[in-house]
Amino acid sequence: MTPPFLRMHGIVKTFPGVRALDGVSLEVASGEVHALVGENGAGKSTLMKILAGATRADEGRIELDGNAVSIDGPRAAEALGIGMIYQEFNLVPDLGVVENIVLGHEPRRGLWLDRREASRRAAAVLHDLGIALPLELPARRLSVAQQQMVEIAKALARKARLLVMDEPTAALTEREIDALFGLIAKLKAQGVALIYISHRLEELPRISDRVTVIRDGRTIETRPTAQMPQADLVRLMVGRSLAAQFPELPAVPADAPSALRVRGLTSERVRRGLDLEVRAGEIVGLAGLVGAGRTEIVRAIAGADAPTAGSIEVAGKPVVVRGPHSAIEAGIALITEDRKAQGLVLGMSVRENTTLAHLDAYARAGFVDRRAEAAIAAREIEELRIRTPGSEQSVRNLSGGNQQKVVLAKWLIGAAKVYLFDEPTRGIDVGAKAEIYALMLELLARGAGIVMVSSELPEVLGMSHRVFVVREGAIRAEFTRAEATPDAVIAVATGAGAGAAA
Amino acid sequence: MTSPRTLLLRTLGLVLGLAVLVVVINVFAQGSFLTPGNLTNVLRQITYNAILAVGQTFVIITAGIDLSVGSLIELTGVVMATFANAMPFGGVGLIVATLLVGLAVGCSAGLINALPVVKLNLPPFITTLAMMLMARGLAFKLAHGRPIPINSNAFDGIGTGFLFEGLLKPLGLPGIPIAVLWMAVIVVVFAIVLTRTRFGRYVFAIGGNEEAARLAGINVGLVKTMVYVISGGCAAVAGLLYMARFSSGSPNTGIGSELQSIAAVVVGGTSLMGGRGGIVGTFFGALLIGLLNNVMNLLNIESYTQEIALGAVILIAVIVDELRKRYLTL
Repeated sequence: MTPPFLRMHGIVKTFPGVRALDGVSLEVASGEVHALVGENGAGKSTLMKILAGATRADEGRIELDGNAVSIDGPRAAEALGIGMIYQEFNLVPDLGVVENIVLGHEPRRGLWLDRREASRRAAAVLHDLGIALPLELPARRLSVAQQQMVEIAKALARKARLLVMDEPTAALTEREIDALFGLIAKLKAQGVALIYISHRLEELPRISDRVTVIRDGRTIETRPTAQMPQADLVRLMVGRSLAAQFPELPAVPADAPSALRVRGLTSERVRRGLDLEVRAGEIVGLAGLVGAGRTEIVRAIAGADAPTAGSIEVAGKPVVVRGPHSAIEAGIALITEDRKAQGLVLGMSVRENTTLAHLDAYARAGFVDRRAEAAIAAREIEELRIRTPGSEQSVRNLSGGNQQKVVLAKWLIGAAKVYLFDEPTRGIDVGAKAEIYALMLELLARGAGIVMVSSELPEVLGMSHRVFVVREGAIRAEFTRAEATPDAVIAVATGAGAGAAA
Repeated sequence: MTSPRTLLLRTLGLVLGLAVLVVVINVFAQGSFLTPGNLTNVLRQITYNAILAVGQTFVIITAGIDLSVGSLIELTGVVMATFANAMPFGGVGLIVATLLVGLAVGCSAGLINALPVVKLNLPPFITTLAMMLMARGLAFKLAHGRPIPINSNAFDGIGTGFLFEGLLKPLGLPGIPIAVLWMAVIVVVFAIVLTRTRFGRYVFAIGGNEEAARLAGINVGLVKTMVYVISGGCAAVAGLLYMARFSSGSPNTGIGSELQSIAAVVVGGTSLMGGRGGIVGTFFGALLIGLLNNVMNLLNIESYTQEIALGAVILIAVIVDELRKRYLTL
């Protein structure tokens, strides 16, 4: 085989409390499509960020064409011929196709933009790729597939020799995927090296030459795709034994009453009517790929996106959920996925964040009772073991795990009957994870029901009594704890076993 | 929301800065600055701006802005003057009735400012800019372009009167201007509302993270509406004091007031990005600006130079505040 164009060796990257990459190695040859797979949190995106110059590795070597290189910023990455096609495109929506392709490298004549030269360059790149695009349209009027092509053309106009594509087919239709794969074949023929990140395992044999599995920040194995059956791939991705890191789930009593019953629920973002039942003392896990619509489901139940139809019962009583306020009143608590954007007011103290959703209980005649607030905050700090100098500390200064505990404290003091957890342990370290699991068990013991959205398969399988698999905005399959194997869940989530599950 | 300790530090910093400034200035002004009469005068001059800035503080903490308050001084002033002249009675009854009319106008304008912001998510910069133009135009129309003199003498006390004259005479003070007492009450009441009540907490929460506030069940629309209504109401009170002071409702007295009030808020340490700030800081911001104007008048600095100096002080104040935030409190 030809010597690799890209060689990453022994890459280590540590974030506070987490070793995101622990000696990853990856080799990609020119003209090769190299698939990179792993669970969420395995370290794929950190590795790619290092390649893109968005962050720097603590240790390790990166070689391009046999020469050691140092990628100390996005511009350096670009100059080295590394192009990134992210899931979220980086186009300027109101600029035309041509302007977007030459963005940052506009040809000039003296002081003036040379529009003719810009058009010529853009047209040349598009011609090489064999794609036709309406050059004068602003980017926002293009389809997702067309925008993606503009991104690819933009990278190639900057002389990219290595292209990283992150979930490129996630938002494409079948026909558009065919077109994309045709384009990738052309790039291959031109000698471009490609790193292809995808959760859709079934498409890998069609498009990739080799596949590398990473898990827990380490390279597990690299193999020609032809010699990697899907079952092997799943086994390598999930790897570790699931039992050890999760506490024993107590069985749901046979006569446990219903905690939450949802019938035909829709919202602006949940189109297909949702049916779901959770019993007191039960955890229902929602598994699925990122973007499958799991977050939208819990947001509709909690009124974060106003429901448009359907009925909700909490503990057997019908409730009307019009927005977050009525959901909270009804005993539904949503612990959101993105704690910084949705869960916390970062500039406020631990005390103020703790009582924010239940301030009525800590106010008399409209005046906040700060002493009562401080008391409950102190109690939560102790019970949840929140590491903070005190209840007056601004939550901005806490670590991710401790911030997440403050979010939990905010909802725990309300004694809800249904807790909806959206990615409860994302981005927090192992110790804090175990504490959060223990807390969920405590909620079960109090008689609450839990719905947990998680993209970490071991977590869904290890912490749920029942697992629902969501794909394209609807629940596609339901597994009991015994039936829920990684293979079965991934098959439904990726659509590989759609026939069997439906 | 800032911790009490940082708030105290910030306030102390402002007070200390003011004190140093005062001593230096007094030397330059040959003693005419640090006299009880002059300082009382400064307090009276800042009443309008301080009251506007109190309402503005609420709006700015929610990450909004209210450009209409200057025009609302004019509109409420003209409406109140017209109303007072049409009433057959006088005395305290007239004052209360007139104030209520002014509050009705100011608060309604605030409501109109808020609705497009809350319902359609339009930027408050635009809705309050539109209100600024409409209110000023309406004030001119209602007043036919001229100030409306007040016939009743019921407002003289508010405009020019003093309290505790006999008590304070031995100290060399002329007494406390009644308008200054109005300001003091408004500052204290709203400082308490902002820091001690549930509503005040929600104001900070919305400015700090609107989505988190919404998901915590806070009625974001209602709270945001309230802050614009409060701002409009403060403009009405300022309008009454203005009217009383000049014995007329005038359609062109408020030009630039909205920017002065924003300056006071920002100099007082409230963040234009929302989520951080306070009424006490705002009061000292207004006081600082007022002292500066006064001093420059005493030093016979021409008005163009005064504007340059004022602009520079605002810029320096926010830069110092930002640096202090970065290096002292984290």
